[in-house]
Amino acid sequence: MSEKLLVNPIECKANGACAELLPEMIAQDEWGYPIVDGRPIPPALERDARAAVSACPTLALRLLRS
Amino acid sequence: MLENVSGINSSTVLWYASRATGVVALLLLTAVMLIGLLVSRQGRLPGLPRFAVTGLHRNLSLLAVAFVAVHVLTAVVDGYVDIPLTAAVVPLASPYERLWLGLGAVSLDLTVAVVVTSLLRRHLSRRVWRAVHLLAYASWPIAWAHSVFSSGDLRHGWLFLLAVACAVVVVAAALWRVAAAARDVPRAERVGQLMSALHHPMSALHHRAPDAPRHRAPERTGHP
Amino acid sequence: MTTATQGTPAEDTATRLPRLLPRAGQRPEDWHAHTARHGRLPYRDRPGDLILDVSAAGLTGRGGAAFPAHRKLSAVLDAADKRRRAPVVIANGAESEPASDKDATLLWLAPHLVLDGLQLAAEAVGADAAILYTHADRRNDVGRRIRQAIAERAAVGADRVPVQLAEAPPRFLSGQETALISHLAGGPAIPAFMPPRITERGLAGAPTLVQNAETLAHMALIARRGPRWFRQVGTRTEPGSTLCTIRRADGAPRVAEVPLGMPLKSLTGELGPGRAVLIGGYHGTWVSAADAMRLTLDNQSLGAVGARVGAGILIAPPPDRCGLIETAAVVRYLALESAGQCGPCLNGLPRMAAALTEIAVGKQRRQTQADLERWAGLVTGRGACHHPDGTARFVRSALITFAAEVDLHRRGRCSGSSRHPFLPIPRGSAQTEEDWM
Repeated sequence: MSEKLLVNPIECKANGACAELLPEMIAQDEWGYPIVDGRPIPPALERDARAAVSACPTLALRLLRS
Repeated sequence: MLENVSGINSSTVLWYASRATGVVALLLLTAVMLIGLLVSRQGRLPGLPRFAVTGLHRNLSLLAVAFVAVHVLTAVVDGYVDIPLTAAVVPLASPYERLWLGLGAVSLDLTVAVVVTSLLRRHLSRRVWRAVHLLAYASWPIAWAHSVFSSGDLRHGWLFLLAVACAVVVVAAALWRVAAAARDVPRAERVGQLMSALHHPMSALHHRAPDAPRHRAPERTGHP
Repeated sequence: MTTATQGTPAEDTATRLPRLLPRAGQRPEDWHAHTARHGRLPYRDRPGDLILDVSAAGLTGRGGAAFPAHRKLSAVLDAADKRRRAPVVIANGAESEPASDKDATLLWLAPHLVLDGLQLAAEAVGADAAILYTHADRRNDVGRRIRQAIAERAAVGADRVPVQLAEAPPRFLSGQETALISHLAGGPAIPAFMPPRITERGLAGAPTLVQNAETLAHMALIARRGPRWFRQVGTRTEPGSTLCTIRRADGAPRVAEVPLGMPLKSLTGELGPGRAVLIGGYHGTWVSAADAMRLTLDNQSLGAVGARVGAGILIAPPPDRCGLIETAAVVRYLALESAGQCGPCLNGLPRMAAALTEIAVGKQRRQTQADLERWAGLVTGRGACHHPDGTARFVRSALITFAAEVDLHRRGRCSGSSRHPFLPIPRGSAQTEEDWM
């Protein structure tokens, strides 16, 4: 079961907590919005990915089962 | 063995524990409310990383629930006054201080709903989660009223000052939050504002767009 | 009344066109003319039946995305079965692309075909509600005609599912599927973020089919004449006919029904070197005349230059216009039409518009083009809808096709001699929330 990260661009307000916790897969563009690696999350990063999802103040980051 | 020595017995210990944990719970819930208001504006706590805001909000709320649990259990178990366990969640079920304890039960019910839906957020729609979470705005004042009126503790001395301070701070923060939201650029005007700004010389190209809520410029502009 | 006229000569018997549009002349077809020409509505009395025919016919959406129509129908039918909820079908006639006139023309001249298609689609998915969504701007032309048509059908009991007429606000995003549904639900016409897809959960939580008006019209004919008839024109992989809006040097839009695979030069006329064609409207692609003259109107051919048929818009500005100036004006419009919900679009589109204006007026700086390229990349795929993607595609194609012009402008010159805007851009922009309702 692999999971992927998904950002709801309407809810996202460029807070940046996600990029702090998962810099391996989330970068910020020049305006602060997340550029998300859409590939399946490697097992080693799964915990950080969940933390990133929890840390979003607008609940914009989600994990999608694929 | 220690019974009746200087009037302290196991029952009294439990009763004092209930009152003490109640005060701590109120303080924790106040902190949770303040941080929650900050989260709703995607704000930051100075000196802490961004993820700490939501993290603290969650951890303090779980700690608050733990203190409320001890507060309720010690009150029920101790024999000083008769409070049935059901009174913890069923309002008006306690013959002792029926109304004010009843408020405590209401607040606990609301808090449990907020916490449980948050823990199960992944399985709920955003709308449902948000609707329940808004109940916190009701839960906190009810908890405050329960704290202040179900015993005289918070109506005298420094605990009184503490109770007043909690109320002032939460109300002020809530007003700040409403005022800040009112200053947000309405969605339909955001693009227009940025377009106007861009018609002025090139410096405007480096400004962030007027998103709601208002942001400071990002630390990394990454602009050539 | 739209200024659209039919571009192809009176009925081409060899290829049996036009199919959707009335034969020679512009008389709108009323119920009698419609049934005399096409026969009555062939209900199947069995949900799902039509889907097989539509699949065999290879009908793809004519709203721009070219998504296989049968797959949308199946998805809605499946969702309806699974969730045990009656779906809603919506005919999308919003046509919010300023340069397109084909849906308005179709609804004006042959509304009964669209309404037939709507009923057949409703039957195929088991819907209990149908809505026809048209553009407010052209409402004066079309709304009354449609209400007349609906009344004619009511008089003869032709419709099994009641049809409601709804109007879209004059925004570029009005025709976007989720924006359409947001508006029908009582809110502003701004996109929502899927999952779940609207075929699963759309208007009022019901599985929702949103189909372009022209696509439904084709369905209405496929139901009568069968999939093999449909495939008699077009190419093997892209069968059928399609409505096009063509603007040549004189600027007047012409709506024509043409077979897919038709050579572009028959539509735009012979174009000399140095000219360009905009294929696919404002989310489309600028293509040099040299390329365009050897391409045909199908995605397989157009794909070679990164273009798509889209909603069949072909524009060939006259040689006295500057492609960069035209593009800059359009991108400014596209930026103002952003819903402003998603950070990358909100930030990127206005900046791209400003940068293009810099280039157009000859004030580009050393990094302007690099900025443009970077922003086009940053906005693509990062919004809730494809508005930023389409705008980025349009911008990039302009920088490629008009590369020589960019150089000219850098040196303070311009090959265009007329400053009169050619590409149609609606006046006025959205200022308040009301403008989106």
